[in-house]
Amino acid sequence: MDRQAILVELKKVLAPYIKNKELLDGITENTNLITDLKINSANLVDIVIDAEAQYNIEIDADSAENMVTIQNCIDVIEEKLSSANS
Amino acid sequence: MTKRRVVVTGLGVVAPNAVGVPDFLNALQQGKSGLSFEPEYERLKFNCQVTGRPDFVWDELLNCIPEITFHGLRSWGIGYGISAAVEAWLDAGLPLETEQPRWETGCVFGTSTSDSDLMRAVFNKVDALEAKKLGSRVVEQIMNSGVTSYITGRLGLAGKVLTNSAACATGSQSILMGYEYITHGMADRMLVGSSEHVDTYIFASFDSMRVLARKFNKTPQAASRPMSQSAGGFIPSSGAGALILEDLDTALARGAKIYAELKGGAFNSGGQRLGGSMTAPNPEGVIRCIREALEIAETQPTDIDLISGHLTATGGDAMEIQNWSLALDRKGSNFPLVNSVKSMIGHCLSAAGAIESVAVALQIQHQFIHPNINLEDPNPEITKRIDIDRMPTSLQQRPVNIIAKANFGFGDVNTCMIFSKYN
Repeated sequence: MDRQAILVELKKVLAPYIKNKELLDGITENTNLITDLKINSANLVDIVIDAEAQYNIEIDADSAENMVTIQNCIDVIEEKLSSANS
Repeated sequence: MTKRRVVVTGLGVVAPNAVGVPDFLNALQQGKSGLSFEPEYERLKFNCQVTGRPDFVWDELLNCIPEITFHGLRSWGIGYGISAAVEAWLDAGLPLETEQPRWETGCVFGTSTSDSDLMRAVFNKVDALEAKKLGSRVVEQIMNSGVTSYITGRLGLAGKVLTNSAACATGSQSILMGYEYITHGMADRMLVGSSEHVDTYIFASFDSMRVLARKFNKTPQAASRPMSQSAGGFIPSSGAGALILEDLDTALARGAKIYAELKGGAFNSGGQRLGGSMTAPNPEGVIRCIREALEIAETQPTDIDLISGHLTATGGDAMEIQNWSLALDRKGSNFPLVNSVKSMIGHCLSAAGAIESVAVALQIQHQFIHPNINLEDPNPEITKRIDIDRMPTSLQQRPVNIIAKANFGFGDVNTCMIFSKYN
């Protein structure tokens, strides 16, 4: 799964937590989940849990703490996917 | 200090026999039962296999709350509560959306326990070593103030906000607390009410006490029989009720529709003494509560047209009628008319007082008295004190000026409120 494919799935994971759905269209790798997408910081844990299910991976607590921008999220997911396949 | 007058300006309800106020009005007038047989309770070997569960479409919550709130919401009790509260708010003609906190409006909303179905999911995940998968939405739904927090968050209510719990007197108590804040000038408007979701485990705990009707599993709509000789126990049910209470001047200034005036009320306890216990009321406590309510409401016992009783369909019904008779010094043909919403919907526990008070406001606004259904064999212990025609079994279209509403709960707690037509 390349970064673009990961992003497509990631948008599905994020959507329920974003009040203004139009923000989804403007997402780039630099987008910040809290300041740009206005996601409640308490929901970051839910997003990690949902991402684990979406990609069938496990995300450890240290990795989860890094998932604050779209780029960070894709980095973590990409890494977990590759280690799951190896 | 002069007391301010308090009026009811909005109603919302999620009841076993109707969801929403228009359908509930119709159900009350038709004497519609909301009770049904629950096959799962048969499988689980409960003695009582009948319950009242609102015909509630979960996804319709999306009409009340944003999708991001809806996503992850699992608690039925909270869902019922939000639905009733938002209906009452809109019914009062108040705007749903606000950027600013509503400092002038508070909320007292009650519940009995947090959702044990939800807790069961927690136990299962933790025991399966999946604690980290619980997520952020569990705590807010299992804390007792969960339902209140969802309601106040949706509406921006920012006055006095609290969650009360007094077993089966919870709903009435929430209304009375709201009344007291307004009448004493501490709030202009209060959203009050309560919700209850009787899940499998709560139901089982009542069933084991042998206080539920167990002989009507084949005829569920006949199972709740307040004031009957054949009353064999109550039927635990689920739902929610909400009312908007307002200072009269505040209501008049915005041209609000007024359902009824809440003249006053009282809540107390019998101290679990003199015949009172964890599960039974001390008659002296009940009588004092009713008399204090009348005194605060500046109402004479002879002015009461109707008693909307607690009347759960247990052996306690006869004692309740005796307490009313003594408190009001009225008996025989001079006793007020008396009815019990529970004959149709069972006992909604912490939500009972709120749902039944919605029924009271509707009976005053539309000038009728709803029937007692299933009252085919009145309890002789009751008919020796009051005439049989005091317990109407059909819809009565007639003037209704003053209704006394009471609820009594485990812990020997009592509530009594006096509602009147607004003049």
